[in-house]
Amino acid sequence: MLKIEGMGANYGAFKVLHDISLDVADGETVVTVGPNGAGKTTLLRVISGLLKPTSGAIYFDNQRVDGKEPYEIVDIGISVVPEGGRLFPRLTVYDNLKAGSYTKRSRREFKQSLDEIFSSFPILKARQSQIAGSLSGGERQMLAIARTLMSRPKLVMFDEVSSGLAPKVVTNLFELVKRIKSQGYSILMVEQNVRKAIELADHAYLMGSGRLQFHGNKEDFIQSPHIKKAYLGI
Amino acid sequence: MKRLANLPTGILLFILLFVIIFPFAGLPLYFTHTIILIFIWGAVTTAWSYMGRFWMISLCHGAWVGIAAYITVLLFNFYHLSPWVGMWLGLLAVAIAAGVIGYACFRFGLVGHYFAVTTLVVTELVALVIIAFRDITEGRLGITVKPLGTAPLYFQFESKVPFYFMALGLLLLSLYIWRKIDQSKMQKALTAIEEDEVAAASIGINVVRNKTTVAVVSAVIAGMGGVVYAQYIMYLNPVTTIAIGASLAYVFMAIVGGMFTLWGPLIGAIIITGLQEYIRITFGTVLMGWAWVGYGFIIVVMIIFLPKGLYGTLIETLHKRRMQKAARESATP
Repeated sequence: MLKIEGMGANYGAFKVLHDISLDVADGETVVTVGPNGAGKTTLLRVISGLLKPTSGAIYFDNQRVDGKEPYEIVDIGISVVPEGGRLFPRLTVYDNLKAGSYTKRSRREFKQSLDEIFSSFPILKARQSQIAGSLSGGERQMLAIARTLMSRPKLVMFDEVSSGLAPKVVTNLFELVKRIKSQGYSILMVEQNVRKAIELADHAYLMGSGRLQFHGNKEDFIQSPHIKKAYLGI
Repeated sequence: MKRLANLPTGILLFILLFVIIFPFAGLPLYFTHTIILIFIWGAVTTAWSYMGRFWMISLCHGAWVGIAAYITVLLFNFYHLSPWVGMWLGLLAVAIAAGVIGYACFRFGLVGHYFAVTTLVVTELVALVIIAFRDITEGRLGITVKPLGTAPLYFQFESKVPFYFMALGLLLLSLYIWRKIDQSKMQKALTAIEEDEVAAASIGINVVRNKTTVAVVSAVIAGMGGVVYAQYIMYLNPVTTIAIGASLAYVFMAIVGGMFTLWGPLIGAIIITGLQEYIRITFGTVLMGWAWVGYGFIIVVMIIFLPKGLYGTLIETLHKRRMQKAARESATP
């Protein structure tokens, strides 16, 4: 579904991503973990078109998508849940969701999407006329996810969905991601919370200083001595 | 927000009737003159607020006014091309210039102060270019439209009445477009962009196109204001119509009136133009320059204490009071 080949990217003259090759198969959940500054968020920025790669290629459904603008990427079916949610804080919950189905394709299915969202997130239905900025941290992240789903993506990318949230809330959010996964979405997650993220993964990549250092399926990944020692603490 | 725009129809009709009868009421011409200026500045300021209300602070609306006006006047003076034709070339130039500058700014994510400063440079640049080509434009001295007396085909009238109605028409057009934008999908997209540009892009909003479109529309309406102004006053000066002072005047008018409401910018234009004229007439020769100090002081106070402008604050207060009253009534059945 998503195929990245030898992609590199710069911030100005500074090279932040080197020769990244990564695959997300249809219906698969791929997790990329790594420390701060490894380039995880940058990777998602490049895929969503916010940053143009300097080399390599990105394919989605066999169609080349690198160099496309962010709004085109969303229309093609790749949506991101940005780090920290990035809601429109002064708009209501309902308006945030409505903004989520902005593209022509998703607007046609707005009613249906909204029904689906409200049945899987009843709390958002109860709060629909509330200002988004007044929600709690967990609810905000939930709304951010819901807003992303409103654009009817095929591939959902999560940027550090757990950052800055209480452990209990994080557990709930991962449950939510699991549910989204079971609905058949393809998922690309970047996470610092390695232990929790790995549980969801079909495939995992380890990223460090702008390179992919290791990859394998869930078992290989957990068994790898390096990862065991450095990230899982066992 | 929508509710705020709906003044009662009765009042609107009354105002409209008053406005139509006004130039024929036999009042001193000076009043008509002031009102024409208010209409023109009101139209330009309303156009400015198409962008301003989404926090795109343009400091180059003087340039749009000036480019359209200068091109129209120069084509007439040199080639005897009727301003009715020339103005379209002027407006086209404005549209292209605003499109190029808007696209460049928005493509590379110049927002907030950076955008304001960039547009400030544009304004000064346009003024300096006009000053530099003084063989053609007569530089700082300003250019005078060759007078033909009353020549409707050449957009020249000795009476103020035609200008009065043209300026009124332009004002209504500008207000109409404000409403149209307010009710459009673009308004929602721009609100989202204003709140968080990255988030807006990540839900599929074409950030650059929405912003550039509104910038071009705003610039073209401002350009129309420039054309009507030039034909009415028959004189243009790069310093007083284009440079920073002129460009800032629109910002002040919008801030004073309130840039988030339909009528705010117009009310700002009424207050500032009225104030300027009043101060100029009353103190003009006695306290040269002090009028501007007072003017600046008022602006600073307004920005600090009434950021939503006079009209915006008034409407908000009325709305709040009504809500409280409704709450009280529902509490005591």
